[in-house]
Amino acid sequence: MIPEIGQFALILALLLSIVQGVLPLAGAARGNPVWMGVARPASRGQFLFVALAFGCLAYSFVTNDFSVLNVANNSNSGLPVPYRFAATWGSHEGSMLLWVFMLTGWSAAVSIASRSLPEEMVARVLGVMGLIGTGFLLFMLLTSNPFDRLFPAAQDGRDMNPLLQDPGMVIHPPMLYMGYVGFSVAFSFAIAALLGGKLDSTWARWSRPWTTLAWCFLTIGIMLGSWWAYYELGWGGWWFWDPVENASFMPWIVGTALIHSLAVTERRGAFKSWTVLLAITAFSLSLLGTFLVRSGVLTSVHAFATDPKRGVFILIFLAIVTGGSLVLFAVRAPKVGLGGKFEIVSRESLLLGNNVLLAAACGSVLLGTLYPLFLDALQLGKISVGPPYFDSVFAPLMAPAIFLMGVGPLARWKEARIPDLAMRLRWAAVIAVVSAILVPLIAGEWTLMKSFGYLLAFWVFAASLTSIRERLLVGTQLEWSRLGQLPRGYWGMIAAHVGIGVFIIGVTTVKSYEVERDVRMDIGDTVAVGGYDLKFEGTEEVAGPNYSAARGTVVVSRNGKAVRTLHPEKRFYPVQQSTMTEAAIDSGLFGDLYVSLGEPVGDRAWSVRVYSKPFITWIWGGCVLMALGGFLALTDRRYRASLAQRSALPAHAASPS
Amino acid sequence: MTKFLLPLGGFIAIFAFLFIGLGLNPREVPSPFIGKAAPTFELGNLHRPDSRFGTQDMAGKVWLLNVWASWCVACRDEHPLLVDLAKQDTIPIVGLNYKDKQDQALAWLKQFGNPYRVAVMDADGRIGIDFGVYGVPETFLIDKKGIIRFKHIGPITKKAWEEKMLPLVRELQKS
Repeated sequence: MIPEIGQFALILALLLSIVQGVLPLAGAARGNPVWMGVARPASRGQFLFVALAFGCLAYSFVTNDFSVLNVANNSNSGLPVPYRFAATWGSHEGSMLLWVFMLTGWSAAVSIASRSLPEEMVARVLGVMGLIGTGFLLFMLLTSNPFDRLFPAAQDGRDMNPLLQDPGMVIHPPMLYMGYVGFSVAFSFAIAALLGGKLDSTWARWSRPWTTLAWCFLTIGIMLGSWWAYYELGWGGWWFWDPVENASFMPWIVGTALIHSLAVTERRGAFKSWTVLLAITAFSLSLLGTFLVRSGVLTSVHAFATDPKRGVFILIFLAIVTGGSLVLFAVRAPKVGLGGKFEIVSRESLLLGNNVLLAAACGSVLLGTLYPLFLDALQLGKISVGPPYFDSVFAPLMAPAIFLMGVGPLARWKEARIPDLAMRLRWAAVIAVVSAILVPLIAGEWTLMKSFGYLLAFWVFAASLTSIRERLLVGTQLEWSRLGQLPRGYWGMIAAHVGIGVFIIGVTTVKSYEVERDVRMDIGDTVAVGGYDLKFEGTEEVAGPNYSAARGTVVVSRNGKAVRTLHPEKRFYPVQQSTMTEAAIDSGLFGDLYVSLGEPVGDRAWSVRVYSKPFITWIWGGCVLMALGGFLALTDRRYRASLAQRSALPAHAASPS
Repeated sequence: MTKFLLPLGGFIAIFAFLFIGLGLNPREVPSPFIGKAAPTFELGNLHRPDSRFGTQDMAGKVWLLNVWASWCVACRDEHPLLVDLAKQDTIPIVGLNYKDKQDQALAWLKQFGNPYRVAVMDADGRIGIDFGVYGVPETFLIDKKGIIRFKHIGPITKKAWEEKMLPLVRELQKS
């Protein structure tokens, strides 16, 4: 009964989404206020029905209703309750439902937080989101219905993939989808602006907070995925340039470019067509990511169930959404005009340089991801593009972008001068160069690559400090009381930039100083790694809720004193007949000790992987800082003010075009 | 106007490749087992555990080895097709009951029908390892000389059977 209610709710949501997609857009085109007024209630209603469907599916999972095919395929009565709940989005069908749930959530949020927007704009934005919702609801109901029944019901389910039975995996997909789907708002604003023919700074101001919010969620989502891969896959790596990882990373890169480009469009009215193009691209890449993951055109370590029928549907949808918006872009963008003028050296040009580099980086990741497919399609053989390509292409493109990141915040709008900038940043440059030489020397052997990594990181730190210092300067006096007066948007930017620096420190240090030892250990054997001695004390059999495990005991000591005991596990999940490695990680601010069990060799001995990963936590810490920066910027006074006194906003903001 | 059409052009190019890509199968990596002699086995009969059944019993025949289990939900999807094949006597099918319990396997066959000429028990999955099985169901097409000619991963669909496997079966049966 409950699954049928869910199914019915989905059908109602589909009908509402069609109404939301058609009437408001038609109303905006013909100037019919009644039709436009449909947008808000329709989007909220659609959200409620999808939420109901989601609740029904979650209920079926939690109560072990194995007469639902989806539940029988992805859950098991032995699965602990939190994972049963998470299994709701663990399958293809369920994750599509989560996608639509997020989409309608964003759309309902826009319907609430849009009172200061002109009705026409709201109608167009929500209309476009309604059309996207229609596409995905149709996709679910036609090709991947999460409520399909199974007759006769299964005795028990096939269980959730043990790889996904992990707290990180419970929150990773919702965060990632919040980000993916969140770009649909920026996209809808861009399309609405193109439709209405008004690409001005007001449009940029409205879509900015939504874009930043989506970007924050995407940052957190990617970070959780990387962290999960690190401790769950048992290889100690944190990024594999896998097609599925790239699928989430490409929208992030373009989203980052979009955030910066929106800032220019809002402040100076420039880059309008470019900004629109980025907004279209960011969401298209989110759709492309969905296509790549769901259609099975590329092989990936993320072995999701794939089905060509689904692939065709998403591809057609992608063609309509992206193709349609690019046609609209080609028709409307030429009339947009150029916006504020700026000199070759100015904050605008620096941001443009940064945008071009980010776009090129995204293009190179896209090329590497699709290259195997291109070759296969041209019948030139099957190949796979690995990390060497991505590392050697991505880093050189990012290095100049990071250099510009230090300069940008200090440059004036419209016109800046290189001698002046060089003068102001000379101390930052000195600090960066000196640290870059000293740090590797102190830590051990000096190499150019290490130094270069640290150079970039310290450059970001020092340039950010310089920027803060200049903001506090009154004449030649530092006015500390100004610290609290700087806008939160500014602090957000500083936090995000410093986050990049922290991230670079993490990556550079791990790459340069990690120690990986694969050793055979018998009971009582000791291995020395990163200044610690690790003694293997054997394994014992333990029983988990739905698995049995060999749990090893490893005593970590420093200078003969025991400091910690680690318990890596090798788990066996009988329902799925699969073995999982649970690494034991002693995580700290300055590095991790990572122990994972390989295979048993001989009677009591095991092959054991022991890694020392200095500063690896900084990689994720840097991502968290970036996301926090985004959230901080969202609490900036101007957004709070616009929430508090919506009616007081000028109906028409000047557009310097 | 032309320069504003560039993004559309780029997208159309990518789209064309993605569309072609849908027809290709990146998982269709040539299996190392195809063209090689099938691993030999001798296992207990599921219905009569005392009697043994081995690969040599199928020598001189073109046959299918279908790996299945009662705990496998996807096996239910392909099962009607196998039952049909057995009824039409197209090709003898041997069932390799993979990592399963005898009573549950028998009950399952009773409920859904038994398409197998013989079903054998691979309770510890040892033979499955020899065949490189990494998911259930999987099906191997073996020729008269005992050489693996085709391997299908996952449930056999009607389309896969009619377009890929059946022509091969006919050809092998003629030779």
